[in-house]
Amino acid sequence: MGAQNHGHDDHGHHDDPLAEYHVSYKGYIVGFLLAAILTIIPFWLVMAKVLPADMTKLIILVFAAVQIVVHMVYFLHMNGKVESGWSMLSLIFTVVFVAIILAGTVWVMYHMNINMMPVHDMNSMR
Amino acid sequence: MQATHTLNGAGAAPVFYDDGSHHPQQGTLLGFWIYLMSDLLIFAALFATFAVLGRSYAAGPSGADLFDLKLVAINTALLLFSSITYGFAMIGAQQGSKKLVLGWLAITGLLGLAFVGVELYEFAHLIHEGANWQRSAFLSSFFALVSTHGLHVSFGIIWLVVLMVQVGKLGLTVENKRRLMCLSMFWHFLDLVWIGVFTFVYLMGVL
Repeated sequence: MGAQNHGHDDHGHHDDPLAEYHVSYKGYIVGFLLAAILTIIPFWLVMAKVLPADMTKLIILVFAAVQIVVHMVYFLHMNGKVESGWSMLSLIFTVVFVAIILAGTVWVMYHMNINMMPVHDMNSMR
Repeated sequence: MQATHTLNGAGAAPVFYDDGSHHPQQGTLLGFWIYLMSDLLIFAALFATFAVLGRSYAAGPSGADLFDLKLVAINTALLLFSSITYGFAMIGAQQGSKKLVLGWLAITGLLGLAFVGVELYEFAHLIHEGANWQRSAFLSSFFALVSTHGLHVSFGIIWLVVLMVQVGKLGLTVENKRRLMCLSMFWHFLDLVWIGVFTFVYLMGVL
């Protein structure tokens, strides 16, 4: 789908909104199988209580992150080339923004909770 | 003189940066993607709210007390299957087969309906047990996040039905293919948000 593939004879491209996204059974089935595996393992880890809770939390978060990438690539057909890269640019911007919202909120609220706890000995605040 | 010589010398064709390669003919798909990014911000805000309030039970029930993971697993499977059936509808559109598109869209819609049905059953069950959104900050943020996702799926189903009527009447025109592509992004995006919901809310909620 690179620029080199789009010659002037590529007329069908301008009519068909699907032309830029070459969807195929193979792509969807690979994505589906990966997503299924990446879903079943976290559910199994939690439901069967295989590992200690803290380790399980860490692992399922990693699985979720990987599965989000799988969905992006195989289902949303996201790459650096669709829409001349503008989709990817807006995605990166939003992800950075979201990371700041989430990390910032959790960080601020955690520290606020700690500091708002009733303090019996005010001298310990110094 | 130097520049003229370089441009026209040795019969070389002038080099343009515009090589005639693709540029978006119309901004619909990119615009729709940016709408989805704004949706992502809404969900991020709701996830952040849940991250802050999700353990504030107000002496009420916790996720471990309430959540039925089997139900969540069924819902996850329904949504994942609906993603691949929508994918098959897109392949039908690529092949120009109206029949395939309508058939797979119908299956996708039914899977979506089943998802919303299971979710409503879960909500009704929670509310019946007294675990409604007024019970604790945890449940307020839970209902806000999960029902916003469910509402998106519900509107997706309405859109899907409207699109089936349009494809049925007008066939696979350029406009309809564009609409199919937009709904495809919307539908897969909701599956993506659900990954966050089942991991962060349900699985981590019972741990």
